[in-house]
Amino acid sequence: MRIVINGTDREVHSPPDTPLLWVIRDEWGLIGTKYGCGIGVCGACTVHLDTIPIRACSVPVGSLAGHRVTTIEGLSPDGQHPVQKAWIAEDVPQCGYCQSGQIMSAAALLARHPRPTDRDIDTAMSGNLCRCGTYARIRRAIHRAGKDAPYAESS
Amino acid sequence: MSNRSGLQAILAVPRVCPRKRGMKWVEDGTENALYTSMHDDTWGARVLQEIPLRKDGNEKVRGTARYVADVSYHGMLHAATVRTRQPGGTVVSITFDDHVPWSEYVVVTAKDVPGVNAVKMIEWDQPVLVEAQFRHAGEPVVLVAHPDPQALARAVAAIHIDERACATAPVFTIDEALRPETRRIVADNVYRDYLMAKGSVTDVETTTDLVFEGEYQTGAQEHLYIEPQGMIARVEDGVLIVEGSMQCPYYVHAALVAVTALPEDRVRVQQCTTGGAFGGKEEYPSHIACHAALLALKADGHPVALIYRRGEDMAVTPKRHPSRSRVRLGASHDGRLRFIDIDFVIDGGAYLTLSPVVLSRGVIHAAGPYRCDNVRVRGRAVATNHPPFGAFRGFGAPQSIFALEVALDGLARALGVAPDVLRARNVLVPGDISPAGQKIGGPLDMQRVIDQALEACHYHAKVEACHRWNAQGHAIRKGVGLATFYHGAGFTGNGELTLRSRAGLRVSAAGVVEILTSTTEMGQGMQTTLSRIVAEALRIPYEGVCVARPDTRDVPNSGPTVASRTCMVVGAILVQAARKLIARLCADAALPPSYSYEEFRAACARLPSSDGVTIITADYQHPAGRDWDESTFQGSPYASFAWACYVAEVEIDTTTGEVSVLDFTAAQEVGRVIHPTVAAGQIEGGVVQGIGYALFEEVRFGADGQMANNRVTNYIIPTSADIPPIRALFQESRHGAGPGGAAGIGELPMDGPAPAIINAINAALGTDLRHVPALPEHILAAMEGR
Repeated sequence: MRIVINGTDREVHSPPDTPLLWVIRDEWGLIGTKYGCGIGVCGACTVHLDTIPIRACSVPVGSLAGHRVTTIEGLSPDGQHPVQKAWIAEDVPQCGYCQSGQIMSAAALLARHPRPTDRDIDTAMSGNLCRCGTYARIRRAIHRAGKDAPYAESS
Repeated sequence: MSNRSGLQAILAVPRVCPRKRGMKWVEDGTENALYTSMHDDTWGARVLQEIPLRKDGNEKVRGTARYVADVSYHGMLHAATVRTRQPGGTVVSITFDDHVPWSEYVVVTAKDVPGVNAVKMIEWDQPVLVEAQFRHAGEPVVLVAHPDPQALARAVAAIHIDERACATAPVFTIDEALRPETRRIVADNVYRDYLMAKGSVTDVETTTDLVFEGEYQTGAQEHLYIEPQGMIARVEDGVLIVEGSMQCPYYVHAALVAVTALPEDRVRVQQCTTGGAFGGKEEYPSHIACHAALLALKADGHPVALIYRRGEDMAVTPKRHPSRSRVRLGASHDGRLRFIDIDFVIDGGAYLTLSPVVLSRGVIHAAGPYRCDNVRVRGRAVATNHPPFGAFRGFGAPQSIFALEVALDGLARALGVAPDVLRARNVLVPGDISPAGQKIGGPLDMQRVIDQALEACHYHAKVEACHRWNAQGHAIRKGVGLATFYHGAGFTGNGELTLRSRAGLRVSAAGVVEILTSTTEMGQGMQTTLSRIVAEALRIPYEGVCVARPDTRDVPNSGPTVASRTCMVVGAILVQAARKLIARLCADAALPPSYSYEEFRAACARLPSSDGVTIITADYQHPAGRDWDESTFQGSPYASFAWACYVAEVEIDTTTGEVSVLDFTAAQEVGRVIHPTVAAGQIEGGVVQGIGYALFEEVRFGADGQMANNRVTNYIIPTSADIPPIRALFQESRHGAGPGGAAGIGELPMDGPAPAIINAINAALGTDLRHVPALPEHILAAMEGR
C-alpha cells in the first residue's frame, strides 16, 4: 500500500497493523513525531491525516491507504510556518518533547478557526499534554499565529 | 523586547571599562575580590537589559532536536528488562524456554557484572541486577537484546523467574514500616532519623496560649516527563560510550566505571536532548545506562538501545516520596508562634538511594520562613517494599511545607486571625535567626513579597467576594488560599563543598565562546541562562556564546543538574572563568582595558594556542562564613533562599466535588532575574505541576507495591483546560549568592501551590482537608464530615 507522506507518495513495507507512528519514525526516519504513551492520550505523536489531527501511535497504518499524512517535518520546509514562528516568538518550548504534537494540533486548529477563543484553544489542545507546563505560552502563541498569519486570508 | 541580529548586536555593544568599580581582578586578581564583585551593581548593566530568545527554541519547534530514541546505529540491538514480580523475596532460578534460538540473543544476568553490582547514590545498596535477594517488585533480573523488536518480545515471554516470596507480609505504608512486628527491610525500617532543634518546645508548651495540632499527608507523585527514559550504549575505539536522557552525566559515568570496572578514561557519557526530567532523571538513568552497557559489552561493543515504554517507566522509576507530618503549633493570643513541633516521616521505598538528602531538605524547610524561638523537627525516612522513591522537583520541601502551611491556616482559624495576618506577624525579617540557625541577611523583605502577591490578586477584595458568594447558598463555592515559604538553592549543608564543581569556557581563534559544563538542559532553560551570564561577564553579545554538549570527554564536572543550583552555583563559577579569560586576553593577547566585540574576537585570534582553542576553567568557591553542622542541623544550610507568597483562587462544585483553580498568583523574591521569560517559564511550569499534585495526581499502588495506574489514561496530570491565568511576579533584591545576586528558582514553584489550593478549598467549604491529592471523593467526604 501507499501513503502520501509530507507530499511524497511512498510505499509502506511494515505490516498493516503497525501503528502509523512506527512507520513514520522507523521506516521513514522522520524523528520529529514522538512516542509518549502509545495509547493515544498524551498527544506527542500528533500528525495530520489529510487535515485532521490524529494520534499516530493508535492508528494502524493499514487503514490509511490513499490518505495524506503530514508530520512536523512537512509543516514547513524551513520552520517558518506561522505556528512555528509564533512558538519561537513566545519562547514556548521548554524540554520540547511534546512540542511537535502541540504545533501540529495548533496548526490544525488554526486552519479550522483562524481566530480561536481561549475556549476553542483549550478544547482543541487539551489532548496534548505538556509536563513542563507551557500551556499559557501555547495559548499566547496560538493567538499570535492567528493574528500574524496568512491563515485568515487563506482559509 | 529586542532580538537583534548578530551584526546589530555587535554594533550595539557599548565600550566598557573593566577598571570600574566591581572589576577588581585587574588590580589584584584574587578570587575573593572576584566573588565580591559579582554582587556589584555594575553586573548586568549591559546584556541583561535585552531579552534574547531561548538557545534551543528553533530545533524544538522544527522537530529536529535529537532525543535518545531518535538516535540509531547500523546493526543496533534493542533491549528489554525482565523483572521481579513480588514485593521482596529470593530469586531461586531463571528458566529460558527451549523454543527460542538463544544464540541469536544477548542475555545478561548478575553474574555478567564485571565490577560492583550496585549503584551508589549515598550507599552501595541498590543492585544493578538482582543476584538472589530482592526487596521490591520490578527489580531488574535479566537483560536481553536482539536486533528485531518482535523477536525481543518473544524472548521476554520465554524467560521465567522463579521467586520465593518472603515469609512475612510486605510493608507498604509509613505506619506499617514503623510498627515493631512488621517485616524488617533495614534495621528498624528507618534509614535516617534527624533532629533539628532550637530552644526548647518542652519548656514553653505548658505556658503557651493556644496549641494547634494536626496530621498531614502527601501522596507519591509521578514525574511523567513526556519523554520516557532511555540509553544507548556502544563501544568505539575501545571506549564505552553511553548516551541518553539524563540530568547528571557524571553520576552516570561514576556508575558505569564501578559496574563495568573499566578505567575512567575508557568510559564516556553523552547527554542527548532530554525531554523533561524534574528530578526523575537524576538517579535511575545510572541503572539504565549500566544495563545498556552490560549488554553492549557482552555484544562485543555492538550498539544496544534500552528505551522504556511508558508503562514500564511509570511502574519502576522513582517518584516523589509520600509523607506524613504530625504538626503541633503553639501561639500566643496575638498570633505569635511560640513553638513549632513537627514529626516528619517520608517513605523511602526499598533502597536508600537519595532519601537521606530528600529528608534533610524536608526537615530544614519544615518550620518554614518563620520566626520562632522553640523549634523541634524530627525527620525520618523509612523503608518499605515499594520501588525506591527519589528526587522530584522540591526534594522533600513540598511535603513538609504543605503540612506547615495547611496547619498554619488551621492555627489562624483557631486564633480567629486572618491567614495573611498570621503569616505577616511571624515571617522572618533580616537580622532574624532561622529555625536552622541561619542569620537572615538583607536586603530582602518578605513582607514586600506578601504585599505584592496580595495586591496583585486583590486578595482582600476576593476574600470578601467569596464570603458574600458563599453566603448565598450556591452549589458552586469559592475560596482563596495562600502559602508563604522559602526554598534553599544549591546542595544542602556542605554538599557543594563535597562536590567541588568545576566549569569552563572554550574559546576559539574566531572568538566563539563555548560553555563547558556537565550541567544539562532538560527544558529549564540552562543553555539560555548560562549563555546570558557568560555574555554579561565577558561583555560580548549573547549570540557569541553557546553551550557545548555535556559529554564527559569534553566537559568538566560541574555537578549534577539538580537542587536549583545551576544559575546560582554553576553560573557563579562561569563568571569566574569569564573573568580569568579576560585577564588572559589582557595579559597574553593585548586586549585593551576597554573593548568592543570586534576587539574581543581579534584578541581571541591572538591568544597563543597549539590547537586553535583555549580552555579556561574555574572551581567552586564556598561563601565565607557559611558553615553547617550535619550532626546538629544547625548553621547555614543554603547559600541563598528564594522567598515566595502564592495565592490560589478556587471554585468547588459541591455536587461533584470537582475543583477548578480560577486564578493563581506567584510572587517571589529571587535575588536577580537572569532571563525573564525563562524564569517565568519555570514558575508557570512549577505551578502547573503543583496544581496536579494538589488535585489530580494520585499514584495508586497495586498488591505488589508497584504503581498500578501506570498509564496516562489513569494517572491524571493537568491539561491546558485545567490551568488558570498564572501571574508570575518577581522581586530582585540581589541577595542571592549567584551572578548579579541571583538565587535559584527551579524548585521553588513546586512548594506553594498545593498548600495554597488546599487552604483555598478549606476556606470555601469550611472543611479541614489535610492531604494531597484532594480528589473529588475526598472533598465530598470532607464536606459530609464538617
